[in-house]
Amino acid sequence: MNPAQRVVTDATLTIQQKINGLAHVAEDQLDVLRVGPDVQELRDAGVICDLFEGAAPYRPRYVVPDYELFMRQGSEFLGLKAPADIWEATAALLILYRHVPSITSFPVYLGDLDALLEPFVGDEAEARKAIGLFLTQIDRTLNDSFCHADLGPAATKAGRIILELTREQQNAVPNLTLKYDPELTPPDFAELAAATALDTAKPSFANHRIFQSEFRAMGSDDYAIASCYNGLPKGGGSCTLVRLNLAKLAPRAADRDQLLSSVLPEAVDRQLEYIDERVRFLVSESGFFQSSFLVREGLIHPERFSAMFGLVGLAECVNAHSGGARFGHDDEADELGLRIIRDIDARVRSHVSPYLAFNGGRFLMHAQVGIDSDTGVSPGCRIPIGQEPELPEHIVRSAPFHRYFPSGIGDVFAFDPTTRRNPGHLRDIAAGALKSGLRYFSAYAADADVVRITGYLVKRSELARLNRGEATMQDTTALGRNAINNLGVLERRVRS
Amino acid sequence: MSGGAAPFPSRAERRELAAREGRVARILTFSAVDGPGNRAAVFLQGCSFDCVYCHNPETRPAVTAKARPDEQPAWPRAMTALGVVAAVWPYRAFLSGVTVSGGECGEQPDFLSALVGLFGGLGLPALVDTNGSLDYAARPDIVGRAAGFMLDLKAWDPVEHRRLTGADNAHVIANLRFLAAAGKLVELRTVVSPGLFDADSTVRHGARELAASGSAARYALIRFRPQGTRKAARDLPRPDDATMERLAAIAREEGAKDVRII
Ligand code: SF4
Repeated sequence: MNPAQRVVTDATLTIQQKINGLAHVAEDQLDVLRVGPDVQELRDAGVICDLFEGAAPYRPRYVVPDYELFMRQGSEFLGLKAPADIWEATAALLILYRHVPSITSFPVYLGDLDALLEPFVGDEAEARKAIGLFLTQIDRTLNDSFCHADLGPAATKAGRIILELTREQQNAVPNLTLKYDPELTPPDFAELAAATALDTAKPSFANHRIFQSEFRAMGSDDYAIASCYNGLPKGGGSCTLVRLNLAKLAPRAADRDQLLSSVLPEAVDRQLEYIDERVRFLVSESGFFQSSFLVREGLIHPERFSAMFGLVGLAECVNAHSGGARFGHDDEADELGLRIIRDIDARVRSHVSPYLAFNGGRFLMHAQVGIDSDTGVSPGCRIPIGQEPELPEHIVRSAPFHRYFPSGIGDVFAFDPTTRRNPGHLRDIAAGALKSGLRYFSAYAADADVVRITGYLVKRSELARLNRGEATMQDTTALGRNAINNLGVLERRVRS
Repeated sequence: MSGGAAPFPSRAERRELAAREGRVARILTFSAVDGPGNRAAVFLQGCSFDCVYCHNPETRPAVTAKARPDEQPAWPRAMTALGVVAAVWPYRAFLSGVTVSGGECGEQPDFLSALVGLFGGLGLPALVDTNGSLDYAARPDIVGRAAGFMLDLKAWDPVEHRRLTGADNAHVIANLRFLAAAGKLVELRTVVSPGLFDADSTVRHGARELAASGSAARYALIRFRPQGTRKAARDLPRPDDATMERLAAIAREEGAKDVRII
């Protein structure tokens, strides 16, 4: 069947999802990227993958607006004055979201919501009502689980209200992160976040100190966590994300030496070349940065955009070349894993993009969580599901990888439902994990309706709907179903 | 906090405490169910009570396993207090504190005192989980350095208590009063199995004691569960929700501030 016709006649898609699907089909008619045969061969083999970004990049993959500035100045383009109360503030944000492009056609970053709304929290009951409606509208109209909002590190009234409502509403959207700093985040606020995570698989805990110091060193005052768990410069974002599938790369090397000396470095170079080409088209030809009002009004700046060098399937690659040692269990295997990551990091760092100014033109490393069609490929540098060691060992073995991935890496832990009686248990483990060097920590209770798939969230009740052949609100539900089948997401080791 | 807080040990005293030996049933480095937050739980071996519903009957005998020469020592094992601290230390970033439990930790008071003093001095506040058989009023070294106590009230009536545990409860009740008044009691708990003892009266009296000393301790009402018990106890009746709710209502009525059904 013609791809457009397949989209048009798919009974499990809503109209909105069909329109997005058709746009994708149209984009893929274009042949505007200059891709050399070596790159194309690796793309065809699935080693290099742009995650269905499309054949003609006409908007950045991830856009991270400076919502703080928007709240101060309003928008000339949108005809909005700076908001003066909680109703105007929530309405203004909802209006702007409609105009924030990203790869998903939905905004992948909704702002540091507690800080944005706190100045407008006067009467608490009124604020609760306004924020409750705001969150409901986000869930029902920005129906994509890659929409991500941030909280913390400080405790605020708005932050507490958002966490409490998140628990009550049990929505899949938005994805949430608590920027956690042991000095700035009070234990009771972190415990409320942990209790919320046990009920709704969010927020996750981000290592605020690590993110903040790294992004400052790159020249960005502030950072955001967007989409799954992607650290990005505020007021900018990432033009593209391309990933290297190490699981598929591994069999192309006869042995470990060949992997490290030629197969891996060549693939890294080809991926850098491909990223450069996608960025070139977006920056020099698509006209995005010339025409977007977000740029004109200072909400995003071209010089704060980077691009993400992603990778996936480290565990499988290591296990193929470690002579029987197992990734996540044997020191030898973990050593090889670190060697591979260090090699990639060094090569990525030495590459300077001719089109991007942020971070001196150097791309950001990202441990990609996988796509729904992956089979036998573990997300990023994660230990495969079903082989997870005991919790403390799991954390200690994962931590050394986290420093290499400023634009995102994280581990997900399933907890026994009885942990709800003692959310402080989860808070302590999350805090300890971050203190041990983990960048990002996600948890949920094994029986919750909202489940974290790899980075995004889906509701089991929505999955059931999809399995009955009905349309579901979020397009991420379909991704979740495939990931559950292909990655065994629901078989994560349960911690108690 | 009142109750004569003993200062944490000096360097010389630490050396002495670290060398003390005791019987350890096992050590759990991450526990969600032995007090607030994530805690390491150190279970000491040996208990002189003989509760009908004991969930860890293997921790009752005051023994250690014979260590075979070329094997990892088995549990329960003899350890120094320093050895216990060393086993927990690598996980400190993840812990709100440590809970010393049993068996019955009060059966080895000098070892318990060493653990409580060492952990507390290292910034890992120690909770003591006890059946109340030791006279804690006579041990300011333990009470002053422990962050708090979790005490079992198995039955209020001494005859019932003896039938249930084989032991008298005069010390238990004295400890309840003493620890509550000293502000050191963080949790009181009663395991409920209908018909085994008069739970209404036990909960009423327990809650009354908490209220009388203005204690903010949680009263945990725990349903009997057969997991881990001896064969003879498997068929003990399990309480229904209505029973548990009724007991919780009694506890609240008597003035317990924080009542939980578990
Ligand atoms: S006091 Fe505890 S360890 Fe001792 S017999 Fe009773 S239940 Fe078992």
